[in-house]
Amino acid sequence: MAPILDIKNLYKNYGQVEILKDINVSIDSGDFLVLVGPSGCGKSTLLNCIAGLEPISGGSLHIDGQNMTDVSPKDRDIAMVFQSYALYPTMSVAKNITFGMKVRGVDAATQDSKLKQVAQQLQIEQLLSRRPGQLSGGQRQRVAMGRALVRDPKLFLFDEPLSNLDAKLRVEMRTEIKELHQRLGASMVYVTHDQIEAMTLATKIVVMKGGVIQQIGSPAEIYNRPANLFVADFMGNPAMNLIPAKAKANGEGTKIEITRKDGAPIILTDAKNRNLPEDVIIGVRPEDIAEPDFRASQDAQQAECRVDIVEPAGADTFVVMQMGGKQVTARLHAETSAKPGQMQRLAFDLGKVSYFAPDSGQRLN
Amino acid sequence: MTDLAMSTARGQSRIGKVALRWLLYIALGLFALYYLMPLFVMITTSLKSLEEIRTGDLISLPREVTFDAWKTAWATACTGIQCEGVRPFFWNSVLIAVPAVMISTLIGALNGYVVAQWQFRGSNLFFAALLFGCFIPFQVVLLPMARVLGLMGVAGTIPGLIFVHVIYGLGFTTLFFRNYYVSIPSELTKAAKVDGAGFFRIFWSIFLPLSLPIIVVTVIWQFTQIWNDFLFGVSFSQAGTQPITVALNNIVNSTTGVKEYNVDMATAIIAALPTLLVYVVAGKYFIRGLTAGSVKG
Amino acid sequence: MTKWLEDHLPKVVLAPSFIAVLIFVYGFIGWTAWVSLTRSKLLPKYDIHGFIQYERLFAAPRWDVAMNNLFIFGALFIVISMILGLLLAILLDQNIRTEGAIRTIYLYPMALSMIVTGTAWKWILNPGLGIEATVKGWGFESFTFDWLVNPNMAIYTIVIAAIWQSSGFVMALFLAGLRSVDTEIIRAAQVDGIPTWRVYTAIIIPSMAPIFLSAFIVLSHLAIKSFDLVIALTGGGPGFASDLPATYMYAMAFSRGDIGQAASSAMIMMAVVFTIVVPYLYSELRAKND
Repeated sequence: MAPILDIKNLYKNYGQVEILKDINVSIDSGDFLVLVGPSGCGKSTLLNCIAGLEPISGGSLHIDGQNMTDVSPKDRDIAMVFQSYALYPTMSVAKNITFGMKVRGVDAATQDSKLKQVAQQLQIEQLLSRRPGQLSGGQRQRVAMGRALVRDPKLFLFDEPLSNLDAKLRVEMRTEIKELHQRLGASMVYVTHDQIEAMTLATKIVVMKGGVIQQIGSPAEIYNRPANLFVADFMGNPAMNLIPAKAKANGEGTKIEITRKDGAPIILTDAKNRNLPEDVIIGVRPEDIAEPDFRASQDAQQAECRVDIVEPAGADTFVVMQMGGKQVTARLHAETSAKPGQMQRLAFDLGKVSYFAPDSGQRLN
Repeated sequence: MTDLAMSTARGQSRIGKVALRWLLYIALGLFALYYLMPLFVMITTSLKSLEEIRTGDLISLPREVTFDAWKTAWATACTGIQCEGVRPFFWNSVLIAVPAVMISTLIGALNGYVVAQWQFRGSNLFFAALLFGCFIPFQVVLLPMARVLGLMGVAGTIPGLIFVHVIYGLGFTTLFFRNYYVSIPSELTKAAKVDGAGFFRIFWSIFLPLSLPIIVVTVIWQFTQIWNDFLFGVSFSQAGTQPITVALNNIVNSTTGVKEYNVDMATAIIAALPTLLVYVVAGKYFIRGLTAGSVKG
Repeated sequence: MTKWLEDHLPKVVLAPSFIAVLIFVYGFIGWTAWVSLTRSKLLPKYDIHGFIQYERLFAAPRWDVAMNNLFIFGALFIVISMILGLLLAILLDQNIRTEGAIRTIYLYPMALSMIVTGTAWKWILNPGLGIEATVKGWGFESFTFDWLVNPNMAIYTIVIAAIWQSSGFVMALFLAGLRSVDTEIIRAAQVDGIPTWRVYTAIIIPSMAPIFLSAFIVLSHLAIKSFDLVIALTGGGPGFASDLPATYMYAMAFSRGDIGQAASSAMIMMAVVFTIVVPYLYSELRAKND
């Protein structure tokens, strides 16, 4: 089966400025693709290119096997949900939802039944006669979704649809979108700058920066095996600890040496990874630094560390230390005995660490 | 209201405060009298007989109210050789202003829609060029326009004047609509495109229904400009097609016969009435529309 | 074809206006500029003869009077309208209960034709029957107010009428400006115990610099274009004592049949407008693009 969306060597320029460089992405039917990156990385431009709202400067774009490179948005069989919802202010909710069908000349009876079905699905039946101005943010969001759903398109496009909602509602709607995806089995492309949204929703994530794709992979791959320092730093909260270190091969594996302001360097031994250059940056997720007896792992290596700051966060407690000239955060359990200024014995899970080259930032292991 | 107003003269004695307040209202009242005085004089003079005007003074109320001057002004006053009052000229102005306002507003709306929502390479340059045209002194186009109207065969006709007003009104009408539409999020256009609507469909179904405030502003502005125009009227019309401003000037400045000041004033009020009415009835929508910006939704 | 039309519809829609502007604004300016360099008299000629028309123009006493008048009229009209407008705006900003009605009264002259304004003031200033006669009637027999027919003073009657017509509009501009000043700054000043008048002079008025600029641009533009008011009020007289460039141009174009002079005077008017408006438009457009 042809991929539902297939982008090959896509370029986008505004005059001399290259906004998107050599983008290659393809997803299968039913995939939930999330484009994530900091603002200005080109993710929204890419989405607009997929929608046909921005012409592309080079490359090709196929939807369900059909070349859509120069096809106008209305003929691409897509639906789109916008950040500002973009509801038509002078039309009622019902008219907003049926406008597309009306434009396409769908008969009134079909319009009506589809409207009813979508309204029921999204539980907005009681809002159908209202104007967008009379709705709350969450309700507008639902109507915007309804306008997309009613189209029953090959591809749904979402442009940061939750960023205008408050924190609580955002989590609720996130769950709802996920559930919708699972229920419909529809193919979706979703843009966000929020890496948690990306992790929770996606079946496939594209991390972008400066108009270039940094990594494509499943959420787990992106999280556990970031392709470079940017992805490592961008995905995950608190961010992955990225600590400069010296690597020296010895009999048992590789000896990793991390300097410290006070006291002797921490020395860890990685049994699996060999052939590392001397200068590396070691990436450790906060949850991979734990108290020795709490999250035991066969690859764990222990070291004594001086705790600087203790931040209880309810379910977890974060402790901050200094290593290799960087602040390092560890995610400990809530009832930890760690106290500021005291030494704490910690276990580093070397089975899950990443190594990066300091100059290129690329992953080494 | 600035907060300042709330606490004006704070710390002063109560009596001082009240006195200051009175002073303020007196000052405002005097200024109001200053602005109203000419209108008052016009109205009272138009209701006096010539006899009373010669003997009485400027600001007294008429001893005997007479509408003779109004009747003369409307139906029999002489503008040059013609003596039919201002009635035909009033209708000339209507015939010029109404189509010119409608056409220039419609074109301005479409132009503004393109410049704000369908930008292309060069559309901003077009807008700048158009904007600049708002500021030229029209004297600089009078001579060539007179010749071009002649070439087009509409010199001295009402369609010719309509054409002139439409052309030189486009700058402002486009400016108004552009500034209004630019505050409407471009996502609205994008959403409609995805929904399958085209250029005109989006304009008609989405932008036009949103445009009432700015249509009001543009129509008031254009109507006032065109109705009150004198330069184009006097340059490009002939005896039968003159607008009311030109007729008014001819009546007032005609050197033949007895000077009928009451008729002059009645004519002036007739000439001013449509724009005054528009201002009084819709003036607040004008101010509101000018400041109206973003759209909810 | 339909695809092409679909893609280029915005351009197609804009094209007629673009062509119209190109011809009727820029083309016509070019035509006038060209003719101003010829010996055109009753009919336009197209052989360029250098700056002969401009030499004639600057040698003409009547043009000299018109430019002088423009300077006097422009300066007084702009300065007094701004001062009066600002004063009225500040007075109206004091939480006045009847603000809406007062604002309407101050603003209505703006809705009138300059011809109507001129007619009204011509009557009021009429020496035989207007203010002069009225004050004499009150017993002040020696009172004279004959500016309208006094060659040295006629231009000031135009100033009076123009200020009456436009100061309300300036008031509205300034009032909007006063209302847009950040209220937190004003509150902070009040908490600091700064007296009201100082808040105006030190905080509010300086922050309205852009509005002063806009008002200046609009008023100077009005001043240079002033034509109808002069025609209705003084007809440029007595003699040509109250001529402005606009009336000079009109007289040359339509009653004297001197197209060369009309074109060159129009170009000078245009140059005056340019020197004021172009820097302003340029900075405005730049600010918008940022």
